[in-house]
Amino acid sequence: MTLATGGAAENSGAPQNGEKILSLTEVTKVFNGDLVALNGMSLEVRQGDFISLLGPSGCGKSTALRLIAGLIHPTAGRIEWAGGQGTGDLGVVFQEPTLMPWATVAQNVWLPLRLRGKSYGSVKDEIMEALRLVGLEKFLESYPRELSGGMKMRVSIARALVTRPRLILMDEPFAALDEITRHKLNNDLLQLRAKTGCTVIFVTHSVFESVFLSNRIVVMAARPGRVIRELQVAQPYPRDEDYRTSADYAAHCREASDALHAAMGEAA
Amino acid sequence: MSSVPDTAVVIDREELARARRQRYERIGRWVLPIIVVVLTVFAWDRICVINEIPHYILPRPGLVLQTLIKDFPILLSALLVTLQTTLLALTVAVLGGVGLAVLFTQSKFIEMSFYPYAVILQVTPIVSIAPLIFIYVDSKIAGLLICAWIVAFFPILSNTTLGLNSADHNLRDLFNIYGASRWQRLRFLQLPSALPYFLGGLRIAGGLALIGSVVAEYVAGTGGIGSGLAFTILEAGYRLNIPRMFAALLLIAATGVVIFMALSFLSHMMLRKWHESALKREG
Repeated sequence: MTLATGGAAENSGAPQNGEKILSLTEVTKVFNGDLVALNGMSLEVRQGDFISLLGPSGCGKSTALRLIAGLIHPTAGRIEWAGGQGTGDLGVVFQEPTLMPWATVAQNVWLPLRLRGKSYGSVKDEIMEALRLVGLEKFLESYPRELSGGMKMRVSIARALVTRPRLILMDEPFAALDEITRHKLNNDLLQLRAKTGCTVIFVTHSVFESVFLSNRIVVMAARPGRVIRELQVAQPYPRDEDYRTSADYAAHCREASDALHAAMGEAA
Repeated sequence: MSSVPDTAVVIDREELARARRQRYERIGRWVLPIIVVVLTVFAWDRICVINEIPHYILPRPGLVLQTLIKDFPILLSALLVTLQTTLLALTVAVLGGVGLAVLFTQSKFIEMSFYPYAVILQVTPIVSIAPLIFIYVDSKIAGLLICAWIVAFFPILSNTTLGLNSADHNLRDLFNIYGASRWQRLRFLQLPSALPYFLGGLRIAGGLALIGSVVAEYVAGTGGIGSGLAFTILEAGYRLNIPRMFAALLLIAATGVVIFMALSFLSHMMLRKWHESALKREG
Protein backbone atom coordinates (compact mmCIF):
# COMPACT_ATOMS: atom_id res chain seq x y z
CA MET A 1 0.00 0.00 0.00
CA THR A 2 1.26 3.45 -0.83
CA LEU A 3 2.13 5.86 1.90
CA ALA A 4 -0.66 8.24 2.76
CA THR A 5 -0.06 11.86 1.96
CA GLY A 6 -1.76 14.99 3.15
CA GLY A 7 -2.02 16.60 6.54
CA ALA A 8 -5.20 14.81 7.51
CA ALA A 9 -3.67 11.39 7.16
CA GLU A 10 -0.65 12.30 9.26
CA ASN A 11 -2.86 13.56 12.02
CA SER A 12 -5.10 10.57 11.96
CA GLY A 13 -5.32 8.64 15.15
CA ALA A 14 -4.60 11.87 16.94
CA PRO A 15 -7.72 13.84 16.05
CA GLN A 16 -7.16 16.41 18.78
CA ASN A 17 -4.60 17.99 16.44
CA GLY A 18 -7.25 18.60 13.82
CA GLU A 19 -9.08 21.87 13.50
CA LYS A 20 -12.66 21.81 14.75
CA ILE A 21 -15.18 22.03 11.89
CA LEU A 22 -18.50 21.09 13.45
CA SER A 23 -19.91 20.78 16.93
CA LEU A 24 -23.16 19.37 18.23
CA THR A 25 -24.14 20.56 21.69
CA GLU A 26 -26.82 18.70 23.63
CA VAL A 27 -28.82 18.14 20.45
CA THR A 28 -32.27 16.66 20.99
CA LYS A 29 -34.86 15.80 18.39
CA VAL A 30 -38.43 14.93 19.32
CA PHE A 31 -40.87 13.78 16.66
CA ASN A 32 -44.62 14.12 17.06
CA GLY A 33 -44.24 15.63 20.51
CA ASP A 34 -43.45 12.34 22.24
CA LEU A 35 -41.05 10.26 20.17
CA VAL A 36 -37.54 11.12 21.36
CA ALA A 37 -35.39 10.15 18.38
CA LEU A 38 -32.22 11.66 19.77
CA ASN A 39 -31.52 12.81 23.30
CA GLY A 40 -28.80 15.28 24.23
CA MET A 41 -26.13 14.30 21.73
CA SER A 42 -22.85 16.18 21.86
CA LEU A 43 -20.09 15.67 19.34
CA GLU A 44 -17.10 17.60 18.12
CA VAL A 45 -15.96 16.87 14.61
CA ARG A 46 -12.39 17.80 13.73
CA GLN A 47 -10.68 18.03 10.39
CA GLY A 48 -9.52 14.57 9.28
CA ASP A 49 -11.79 12.63 11.64
CA PHE A 50 -13.41 9.42 10.52
CA ILE A 51 -16.24 9.03 13.01
CA SER A 52 -18.50 6.00 13.04
CA LEU A 53 -21.93 6.22 14.62
CA LEU A 54 -22.48 2.64 15.73
CA GLY A 55 -25.68 1.33 17.21
CA PRO A 56 -28.80 -0.82 16.83
CA SER A 57 -31.69 0.40 14.70
CA GLY A 58 -33.72 3.12 16.33
CA CYS A 59 -30.72 4.59 18.16
CA GLY A 60 -31.02 7.88 16.31
CA LYS A 61 -27.90 7.58 14.17
CA SER A 62 -29.78 8.40 10.97
CA THR A 63 -31.62 11.20 12.79
CA ALA A 64 -28.24 12.61 13.82
CA LEU A 65 -27.12 12.51 10.20
CA ARG A 66 -30.27 14.23 8.96
CA LEU A 67 -29.82 16.91 11.62
CA ILE A 68 -26.23 17.54 10.56
CA ALA A 69 -27.33 17.61 6.91
CA GLY A 70 -29.84 20.32 7.82
CA LEU A 71 -32.78 18.28 6.51
CA ILE A 72 -34.42 18.53 9.93
CA HIS A 73 -33.77 20.94 12.76
CA PRO A 74 -33.08 20.15 16.42
CA THR A 75 -35.85 20.49 18.98
CA ALA A 76 -33.21 21.61 21.46
CA GLY A 77 -29.45 22.10 21.39
CA ARG A 78 -27.14 23.61 18.82
CA ILE A 79 -25.37 22.48 15.67
CA GLU A 80 -22.57 24.85 14.76
CA TRP A 81 -20.20 24.91 11.82
CA ALA A 82 -16.89 26.57 12.39
CA GLY A 83 -16.92 29.61 10.14
CA GLY A 84 -20.56 29.07 9.10
CA GLN A 85 -21.92 26.64 6.56
CA GLY A 86 -22.06 27.11 2.82
CA THR A 87 -23.65 24.86 0.22
CA GLY A 88 -21.11 22.31 -0.90
CA ASP A 89 -19.58 22.07 2.56
CA LEU A 90 -21.39 18.79 2.83
CA GLY A 91 -21.32 15.64 0.74
CA VAL A 92 -23.83 12.88 1.36
CA VAL A 93 -23.84 9.18 0.51
CA PHE A 94 -27.07 7.34 1.23
CA GLN A 95 -27.77 3.69 1.90
CA GLU A 96 -28.88 3.35 -1.71
CA PRO A 97 -26.73 4.74 -4.54
CA THR A 98 -29.55 7.26 -5.19
CA LEU A 99 -28.49 8.04 -8.74
CA MET A 100 -30.69 9.62 -11.36
CA PRO A 101 -31.42 6.68 -13.71
CA TRP A 102 -32.03 8.98 -16.68
CA ALA A 103 -28.61 10.60 -16.43
CA THR A 104 -25.16 9.29 -17.29
CA VAL A 105 -22.47 8.74 -14.67
CA ALA A 106 -20.85 12.08 -15.55
CA GLN A 107 -24.16 13.92 -15.36
CA ASN A 108 -24.89 12.36 -11.98
CA VAL A 109 -21.55 13.50 -10.61
CA TRP A 110 -22.12 16.93 -12.16
CA LEU A 111 -25.38 17.39 -10.22
CA PRO A 112 -24.12 19.18 -7.06
CA LEU A 113 -22.18 21.65 -9.19
CA ARG A 114 -24.98 21.98 -11.71
CA LEU A 115 -27.33 23.00 -8.90
CA ARG A 116 -24.87 25.79 -8.15
CA GLY A 117 -25.21 27.01 -11.71
CA LYS A 118 -21.95 25.59 -13.06
CA SER A 119 -21.96 24.51 -16.69
CA TYR A 120 -20.62 21.05 -17.54
CA GLY A 121 -17.69 22.46 -19.50
CA SER A 122 -16.50 24.64 -16.65
CA VAL A 123 -16.34 21.78 -14.13
CA LYS A 124 -15.37 18.89 -16.39
CA ASP A 125 -11.98 18.61 -14.67
CA GLU A 126 -13.54 18.36 -11.21
CA ILE A 127 -15.95 15.68 -12.44
CA MET A 128 -13.13 13.69 -14.03
CA GLU A 129 -11.02 14.05 -10.89
CA ALA A 130 -13.84 12.78 -8.66
CA LEU A 131 -14.46 9.81 -10.97
CA ARG A 132 -10.75 9.06 -11.11
CA LEU A 133 -10.66 8.97 -7.30
CA VAL A 134 -13.24 6.17 -7.28
CA GLY A 135 -11.73 4.46 -10.32
CA LEU A 136 -14.62 5.02 -12.71
CA GLU A 137 -13.10 7.46 -15.18
CA LYS A 138 -13.83 5.03 -18.03
CA PHE A 139 -17.56 4.93 -17.29
CA LEU A 140 -18.31 8.59 -17.95
CA GLU A 141 -21.05 7.93 -20.48
CA SER A 142 -22.57 4.82 -18.86
CA TYR A 143 -26.04 4.81 -17.40
CA PRO A 144 -26.49 3.63 -13.79
CA ARG A 145 -28.37 0.51 -14.88
CA GLU A 146 -25.26 -0.67 -16.74
CA LEU A 147 -23.21 -0.65 -13.52
CA SER A 148 -22.95 -3.16 -10.68
CA GLY A 149 -24.13 -2.30 -7.16
CA GLY A 150 -20.60 -1.53 -6.02
CA MET A 151 -19.91 0.70 -9.01
CA LYS A 152 -23.13 2.63 -8.45
CA MET A 153 -21.99 3.25 -4.88
CA ARG A 154 -18.68 4.55 -6.21
CA VAL A 155 -20.54 7.01 -8.46
CA SER A 156 -22.50 8.11 -5.42
CA ILE A 157 -19.23 8.67 -3.52
CA ALA A 158 -17.75 10.59 -6.47
CA ARG A 159 -20.81 12.82 -6.47
CA ALA A 160 -20.29 13.52 -2.76
CA LEU A 161 -16.61 14.32 -3.37
CA VAL A 162 -17.02 16.58 -6.36
CA THR A 163 -17.69 19.75 -4.38
CA ARG A 164 -14.62 19.06 -2.17
CA PRO A 165 -16.80 19.15 0.94
CA ARG A 166 -15.50 19.82 4.45
CA LEU A 167 -17.54 16.91 5.72
CA ILE A 168 -18.97 13.78 4.12
CA LEU A 169 -21.95 12.04 5.68
CA MET A 170 -22.41 8.36 4.90
CA ASP A 171 -25.57 6.57 5.96
CA GLU A 172 -24.81 2.83 5.96
CA PRO A 173 -23.56 3.13 2.39
CA PHE A 174 -22.33 -0.44 2.02
CA ALA A 175 -25.03 -2.25 3.98
CA ALA A 176 -26.76 -3.54 0.86
CA LEU A 177 -23.59 -4.85 -0.79
CA ASP A 178 -22.08 -8.32 -0.59
CA GLU A 179 -19.21 -8.99 1.81
CA ILE A 180 -16.48 -9.06 -0.86
CA THR A 181 -17.57 -5.80 -2.44
CA ARG A 182 -17.94 -4.23 0.99
CA HIS A 183 -14.37 -5.09 1.96
CA LYS A 184 -13.10 -3.73 -1.32
CA LEU A 185 -15.03 -0.49 -0.91
CA ASN A 186 -13.88 -0.14 2.70
CA ASN A 187 -10.26 -0.37 1.55
CA ASP A 188 -10.93 2.08 -1.26
CA LEU A 189 -12.65 4.47 1.10
CA LEU A 190 -9.57 4.60 3.33
CA GLN A 191 -7.37 5.25 0.28
CA LEU A 192 -9.72 8.02 -0.73
CA ARG A 193 -9.47 9.47 2.73
CA ALA A 194 -5.68 9.39 2.50
CA LYS A 195 -5.71 11.10 -0.89
CA THR A 196 -8.26 13.79 -0.15
CA GLY A 197 -7.93 14.22 3.61
CA CYS A 198 -11.70 14.29 3.83
CA THR A 199 -13.57 14.20 7.11
CA VAL A 200 -16.28 11.56 7.38
CA ILE A 201 -19.20 10.73 9.63
CA PHE A 202 -20.16 7.16 8.89
CA VAL A 203 -23.33 5.50 10.12
CA THR A 204 -23.13 1.73 10.43
CA HIS A 205 -24.41 -1.17 12.45
CA SER A 206 -21.33 -3.27 11.71
CA VAL A 207 -18.75 -3.36 14.49
CA PHE A 208 -16.09 -4.67 12.09
CA GLU A 209 -16.67 -1.93 9.55
CA SER A 210 -16.49 0.80 12.18
CA VAL A 211 -13.28 -0.56 13.71
CA PHE A 212 -11.64 -0.95 10.32
CA LEU A 213 -12.53 2.51 9.08
CA SER A 214 -12.69 4.98 11.90
CA ASN A 215 -10.48 6.68 14.44
CA ARG A 216 -13.48 7.45 16.66
CA ILE A 217 -16.50 5.25 17.28
CA VAL A 218 -19.57 6.79 18.85
CA VAL A 219 -21.65 3.96 20.36
CA MET A 220 -25.34 4.75 20.55
CA ALA A 221 -28.36 3.14 22.21
CA ALA A 222 -32.03 3.16 21.33
CA ARG A 223 -35.24 4.35 23.02
CA PRO A 224 -34.41 7.13 23.44
CA GLY A 225 -31.62 7.45 20.90
CA ARG A 226 -28.52 8.63 22.73
CA VAL A 227 -24.74 8.39 22.88
CA ILE A 228 -23.48 5.73 25.31
CA ARG A 229 -19.76 6.18 24.95
CA GLU A 230 -17.04 7.11 22.55
CA LEU A 231 -14.15 4.79 21.68
CA GLN A 232 -10.83 5.77 20.17
CA VAL A 233 -9.24 3.46 17.64
CA ALA A 234 -5.58 4.36 18.00
CA GLN A 235 -4.37 2.28 15.04
CA PRO A 236 -2.67 4.72 12.65
CA TYR A 237 -3.61 5.02 8.99
CA PRO A 238 -2.97 3.68 6.41
CA ARG A 239 -4.73 0.50 7.41
CA ASP A 240 -4.74 -2.51 5.11
CA GLU A 241 -5.69 -6.16 4.99
CA ASP A 242 -3.02 -6.99 7.59
CA TYR A 243 -4.83 -4.78 10.07
CA ARG A 244 -8.03 -6.70 9.39
CA THR A 245 -6.41 -9.87 10.73
CA SER A 246 -4.28 -8.31 13.47
CA ALA A 247 -4.68 -8.79 17.20
CA ASP A 248 -5.19 -5.05 17.63
CA TYR A 249 -8.14 -5.16 15.27
CA ALA A 250 -9.65 -8.08 17.18
CA ALA A 251 -9.15 -6.25 20.48
CA HIS A 252 -10.83 -3.10 19.16
CA CYS A 253 -13.71 -5.16 17.78
CA ARG A 254 -14.10 -6.81 21.16
CA GLU A 255 -14.15 -3.45 22.89
CA ALA A 256 -16.69 -1.94 20.49
CA SER A 257 -18.80 -5.07 20.60
CA ASP A 258 -18.87 -5.01 24.42
CA ALA A 259 -19.85 -1.35 24.41
CA LEU A 260 -22.59 -2.10 21.93
CA HIS A 261 -23.90 -4.99 24.02
CA ALA A 262 -23.86 -2.82 27.09
CA ALA A 263 -25.80 -0.20 25.14
CA MET A 264 -28.37 -2.71 23.97
CA GLY A 265 -28.66 -4.32 27.39
CA GLU A 266 -29.28 -0.91 28.90
CA ALA A 267 -31.90 -0.14 26.30
CA ALA A 268 -33.75 -3.43 26.65
CA MET B 1 -20.75 -35.18 -30.68
CA SER B 2 -17.70 -36.63 -28.95
CA SER B 3 -17.91 -38.17 -25.49
CA VAL B 4 -15.92 -35.28 -24.03
CA PRO B 5 -18.30 -32.33 -23.90
CA ASP B 6 -16.95 -29.14 -25.42
CA THR B 7 -17.92 -26.54 -22.86
CA ALA B 8 -18.53 -23.90 -25.48
CA VAL B 9 -21.26 -25.81 -27.30
CA VAL B 10 -22.97 -27.76 -24.55
CA ILE B 11 -26.67 -27.13 -24.92
CA ASP B 12 -28.81 -29.31 -22.72
CA ARG B 13 -32.38 -30.33 -23.39
CA GLU B 14 -33.82 -27.57 -21.26
CA GLU B 15 -31.94 -24.89 -23.20
CA LEU B 16 -33.11 -26.40 -26.48
CA ALA B 17 -36.71 -26.38 -25.30
CA ARG B 18 -36.34 -22.77 -24.21
CA ALA B 19 -34.90 -21.72 -27.55
CA ARG B 20 -37.71 -23.55 -29.35
CA ARG B 21 -40.35 -21.92 -27.18
CA GLN B 22 -38.87 -18.49 -27.85
CA ARG B 23 -38.86 -19.13 -31.61
CA TYR B 24 -42.51 -20.23 -31.54
CA GLU B 25 -43.45 -17.16 -29.53
CA ARG B 26 -41.70 -14.87 -32.00
CA ILE B 27 -43.51 -16.39 -34.94
CA GLY B 28 -46.81 -16.65 -33.09
CA ARG B 29 -46.82 -12.98 -32.18
CA TRP B 30 -47.29 -12.12 -35.85
CA VAL B 31 -48.92 -15.16 -37.35
CA LEU B 32 -51.66 -15.79 -34.78
CA PRO B 33 -53.42 -12.40 -35.01
CA ILE B 34 -53.27 -12.58 -38.82
CA ILE B 35 -54.85 -16.03 -38.83
CA VAL B 36 -57.61 -14.88 -36.49
CA VAL B 37 -58.36 -11.80 -38.61
CA VAL B 38 -58.44 -13.85 -41.81
CA LEU B 39 -60.76 -16.42 -40.21
CA THR B 40 -63.06 -13.69 -38.87
CA VAL B 41 -63.34 -11.99 -42.26
CA PHE B 42 -63.95 -15.34 -43.94
CA ALA B 43 -66.68 -16.24 -41.42
CA TRP B 44 -68.28 -12.81 -41.89
CA ASP B 45 -68.34 -13.37 -45.66
CA ARG B 46 -69.79 -16.89 -45.33
CA ILE B 47 -72.51 -15.72 -42.90
CA CYS B 48 -73.59 -13.05 -45.40
CA VAL B 49 -73.74 -15.55 -48.26
CA ILE B 50 -75.36 -18.48 -46.42
CA ASN B 51 -78.05 -16.35 -44.76
CA GLU B 52 -78.52 -14.27 -47.93
CA ILE B 53 -78.18 -11.06 -45.89
CA PRO B 54 -78.79 -8.02 -48.16
CA HIS B 55 -75.85 -5.58 -48.45
CA TYR B 56 -77.87 -2.73 -46.92
CA ILE B 57 -78.08 -4.76 -43.68
CA LEU B 58 -74.63 -6.34 -43.55
CA PRO B 59 -72.31 -5.89 -46.53
CA ARG B 60 -69.79 -8.56 -47.41
CA PRO B 61 -66.16 -7.70 -46.57
CA GLY B 62 -65.31 -7.47 -50.27
CA LEU B 63 -67.94 -4.79 -50.77
CA VAL B 64 -66.63 -2.82 -47.78
CA LEU B 65 -63.17 -2.90 -49.31
CA GLN B 66 -64.55 -1.80 -52.68
CA THR B 67 -66.39 1.08 -51.03
CA LEU B 68 -63.29 2.05 -49.14
CA ILE B 69 -61.43 2.37 -52.41
CA LYS B 70 -64.29 3.94 -54.38
CA ASP B 71 -65.20 6.51 -51.71
CA PHE B 72 -61.65 7.13 -50.67
CA PRO B 73 -61.57 10.84 -51.65
CA ILE B 74 -64.64 11.56 -49.46
CA LEU B 75 -63.42 9.38 -46.63
CA LEU B 76 -59.91 10.80 -46.73
CA SER B 77 -61.05 14.40 -46.38
CA ALA B 78 -63.32 13.37 -43.51
CA LEU B 79 -60.48 11.45 -41.92
CA LEU B 80 -58.20 14.47 -42.15
CA VAL B 81 -60.80 16.62 -40.36
CA THR B 82 -61.19 14.10 -37.54
CA LEU B 83 -57.44 13.59 -37.33
CA GLN B 84 -56.87 17.31 -37.12
CA THR B 85 -59.32 17.67 -34.23
CA THR B 86 -57.78 14.66 -32.50
CA LEU B 87 -54.19 15.86 -32.75
CA LEU B 88 -55.08 19.42 -31.75
CA ALA B 89 -57.04 18.13 -28.76
CA LEU B 90 -54.16 15.84 -27.79
CA THR B 91 -51.72 18.74 -28.00
CA VAL B 92 -53.92 20.92 -25.82
CA ALA B 93 -54.46 17.97 -23.45
CA VAL B 94 -50.69 17.55 -23.09
CA LEU B 95 -50.17 21.26 -22.43
CA GLY B 96 -53.15 21.48 -20.07
CA GLY B 97 -52.51 18.17 -18.33
CA VAL B 98 -48.80 18.71 -17.75
CA GLY B 99 -49.34 22.38 -16.88
CA LEU B 100 -51.98 21.58 -14.29
CA ALA B 101 -49.91 18.70 -12.90
CA VAL B 102 -46.91 21.00 -12.43
CA LEU B 103 -49.14 23.59 -10.78
CA PHE B 104 -50.60 20.91 -8.49
CA THR B 105 -47.19 19.73 -7.34
CA GLN B 106 -45.99 23.27 -6.72
CA SER B 107 -48.79 23.93 -4.29
CA LYS B 108 -50.76 21.39 -2.27
CA PHE B 109 -53.49 23.99 -1.82
CA ILE B 110 -54.02 24.44 -5.54
CA GLU B 111 -54.23 20.68 -5.87
CA MET B 112 -56.73 20.38 -3.02
CA SER B 113 -58.82 23.17 -4.52
CA PHE B 114 -58.96 22.09 -8.13
CA TYR B 115 -58.43 18.35 -8.25
CA PRO B 116 -62.14 17.63 -7.59
CA TYR B 117 -63.03 19.63 -10.71
CA ALA B 118 -60.68 17.57 -12.80
CA VAL B 119 -62.30 14.40 -11.47
CA ILE B 120 -65.82 15.72 -12.10
CA LEU B 121 -64.91 16.64 -15.66
CA GLN B 122 -63.53 13.16 -16.15
CA VAL B 123 -66.42 11.14 -14.73
CA THR B 124 -69.22 13.10 -16.41
CA PRO B 125 -69.95 11.42 -19.75
CA ILE B 126 -68.89 13.69 -22.58
CA VAL B 127 -72.11 13.07 -24.56
CA SER B 128 -74.05 14.73 -21.77
CA ILE B 129 -71.85 17.84 -21.66
CA ALA B 130 -71.29 18.19 -25.41
CA PRO B 131 -74.75 19.60 -26.31
CA LEU B 132 -74.27 22.36 -23.74
CA ILE B 133 -70.82 23.15 -25.05
CA PHE B 134 -72.19 23.54 -28.56
CA ILE B 135 -74.86 25.91 -27.26
CA TYR B 136 -72.37 28.19 -25.54
CA VAL B 137 -69.49 27.96 -28.00
CA ASP B 138 -70.16 29.46 -31.40
CA SER B 139 -67.22 27.99 -33.27
CA LYS B 140 -67.81 24.34 -34.18
CA ILE B 141 -64.10 23.65 -34.24
CA ALA B 142 -63.60 25.17 -30.80
CA GLY B 143 -66.51 23.10 -29.47
CA LEU B 144 -65.06 19.91 -30.93
CA LEU B 145 -61.69 20.72 -29.43
CA ILE B 146 -63.12 21.38 -25.98
CA CYS B 147 -65.00 18.07 -26.00
CA ALA B 148 -61.99 16.06 -27.13
CA TRP B 149 -59.79 17.89 -24.63
CA ILE B 150 -62.08 17.14 -21.69
CA VAL B 151 -61.91 13.44 -22.48
CA ALA B 152 -58.18 13.33 -23.17
CA PHE B 153 -56.54 15.53 -20.56
CA PHE B 154 -57.35 13.59 -17.40
CA PRO B 155 -55.07 10.58 -17.85
CA ILE B 156 -52.21 12.96 -18.61
CA LEU B 157 -52.99 15.08 -15.57
CA SER B 158 -53.33 12.21 -13.14
CA ASN B 159 -50.36 10.24 -14.46
CA THR B 160 -48.08 13.27 -14.59
CA THR B 161 -49.10 14.32 -11.07
CA LEU B 162 -48.29 10.83 -9.83
CA GLY B 163 -44.97 10.91 -11.68
CA LEU B 164 -43.94 14.33 -10.37
CA ASN B 165 -44.64 13.13 -6.83
CA SER B 166 -42.80 9.84 -7.20
CA ALA B 167 -39.26 11.19 -7.38
CA ASP B 168 -36.88 9.20 -5.17
CA HIS B 169 -37.07 10.66 -1.65
CA ASN B 170 -33.31 10.36 -1.10
CA LEU B 171 -32.77 12.36 -4.29
CA ARG B 172 -35.17 14.97 -2.94
CA ASP B 173 -33.08 15.15 0.23
CA LEU B 174 -29.96 15.48 -1.88
CA PHE B 175 -31.50 18.38 -3.81
CA ASN B 176 -32.39 20.04 -0.48
CA ILE B 177 -28.89 19.56 0.89
CA TYR B 178 -27.39 21.18 -2.20
CA GLY B 179 -29.83 24.06 -1.90
CA ALA B 180 -31.68 23.45 -5.16
CA SER B 181 -34.28 26.02 -6.15
CA ARG B 182 -37.90 25.08 -6.84
CA TRP B 183 -37.25 25.42 -10.56
CA GLN B 184 -34.11 23.27 -10.41
CA ARG B 185 -35.95 20.57 -8.50
CA LEU B 186 -38.71 20.57 -11.10
CA ARG B 187 -36.38 20.65 -14.08
CA PHE B 188 -33.70 18.17 -12.97
CA LEU B 189 -35.63 15.83 -10.69
CA GLN B 190 -39.41 15.88 -10.94
CA LEU B 191 -39.90 16.21 -14.70
CA PRO B 192 -37.47 13.39 -15.57
CA SER B 193 -39.03 11.20 -12.86
CA ALA B 194 -42.47 11.90 -14.30
CA LEU B 195 -41.54 11.16 -17.91
CA PRO B 196 -42.41 7.42 -17.91
CA TYR B 197 -45.73 8.13 -16.16
CA PHE B 198 -46.52 10.96 -18.55
CA LEU B 199 -45.83 8.78 -21.57
CA GLY B 200 -48.12 6.08 -20.15
CA GLY B 201 -50.85 8.69 -19.78
CA LEU B 202 -50.16 9.99 -23.28
CA ARG B 203 -50.82 6.58 -24.82
CA ILE B 204 -54.22 6.43 -23.14
CA ALA B 205 -54.96 10.05 -24.00
CA GLY B 206 -54.21 9.47 -27.71
CA GLY B 207 -57.04 6.98 -28.00
CA LEU B 208 -59.35 9.08 -25.84
CA ALA B 209 -58.73 12.20 -27.95
CA LEU B 210 -59.95 10.26 -31.00
CA ILE B 211 -63.01 9.00 -29.13
CA GLY B 212 -63.68 12.52 -27.83
CA SER B 213 -63.57 14.12 -31.24
CA VAL B 214 -65.75 11.40 -32.83
CA VAL B 215 -68.36 11.70 -30.07
CA ALA B 216 -68.29 15.49 -30.35
CA GLU B 217 -68.81 15.24 -34.11
CA TYR B 218 -71.87 13.07 -33.52
CA VAL B 219 -73.34 15.62 -31.16
CA ALA B 220 -72.37 18.62 -33.28
CA GLY B 221 -73.71 16.97 -36.40
CA THR B 222 -71.71 19.26 -38.64
CA GLY B 223 -72.90 19.13 -42.24
CA GLY B 224 -71.36 20.02 -45.58
CA ILE B 225 -67.73 20.63 -46.22
CA GLY B 226 -65.23 20.16 -43.45
CA SER B 227 -67.03 17.48 -41.49
CA GLY B 228 -65.33 14.46 -40.04
CA LEU B 229 -65.66 10.69 -40.10
CA ALA B 230 -68.42 10.57 -37.51
CA PHE B 231 -70.62 12.73 -39.67
CA THR B 232 -69.80 10.56 -42.67
CA ILE B 233 -71.08 7.57 -40.70
CA LEU B 234 -74.25 9.40 -39.64
CA GLU B 235 -74.96 10.60 -43.16
CA ALA B 236 -74.30 7.18 -44.68
CA GLY B 237 -76.67 5.71 -42.09
CA TYR B 238 -79.49 8.02 -43.12
CA ARG B 239 -78.98 6.90 -46.71
CA LEU B 240 -78.71 3.24 -45.75
CA ASN B 241 -75.25 3.25 -47.30
CA ILE B 242 -74.09 0.55 -44.91
CA PRO B 243 -70.89 -0.33 -46.81
CA ARG B 244 -69.67 3.25 -46.43
CA MET B 245 -70.50 3.14 -42.71
CA PHE B 246 -68.29 0.10 -42.40
CA ALA B 247 -65.54 1.71 -44.44
CA ALA B 248 -65.57 4.81 -42.24
CA LEU B 249 -65.62 2.66 -39.12
CA LEU B 250 -62.64 0.74 -40.40
CA LEU B 251 -60.76 4.00 -40.92
CA ILE B 252 -61.52 5.23 -37.38
CA ALA B 253 -60.32 1.95 -35.89
CA ALA B 254 -57.17 2.00 -38.03
CA THR B 255 -56.51 5.61 -37.00
CA GLY B 256 -56.80 4.66 -33.35
CA VAL B 257 -54.35 1.81 -33.79
CA VAL B 258 -51.88 4.02 -35.66
CA ILE B 259 -52.06 6.70 -32.95
CA PHE B 260 -51.46 4.11 -30.25
CA MET B 261 -48.53 2.59 -32.12
CA ALA B 262 -46.98 5.98 -32.84
CA LEU B 263 -47.20 6.99 -29.17
CA SER B 264 -45.85 3.62 -28.04
CA PHE B 265 -42.92 4.08 -30.39
CA LEU B 266 -42.33 7.60 -29.09
CA SER B 267 -42.42 6.28 -25.54
CA HIS B 268 -39.95 3.53 -26.35
CA MET B 269 -37.54 5.92 -28.02
CA MET B 270 -37.60 8.36 -25.11
CA LEU B 271 -37.13 5.73 -22.40
CA ARG B 272 -34.99 3.09 -24.08
CA LYS B 273 -31.74 4.33 -22.57
CA TRP B 274 -32.72 4.06 -18.93
CA HIS B 275 -36.23 2.97 -17.99
CA GLU B 276 -37.07 -0.58 -16.90
CA SER B 277 -40.11 -0.75 -19.18
CA ALA B 278 -37.99 -0.26 -22.29
CA LEU B 279 -35.11 -2.55 -21.38
CA LYS B 280 -34.61 -6.03 -22.73
CA ARG B 281 -33.57 -8.54 -20.12
CA GLU B 282 -31.17 -11.34 -20.98
CA GLY B 283 -32.06 -14.95 -20.22
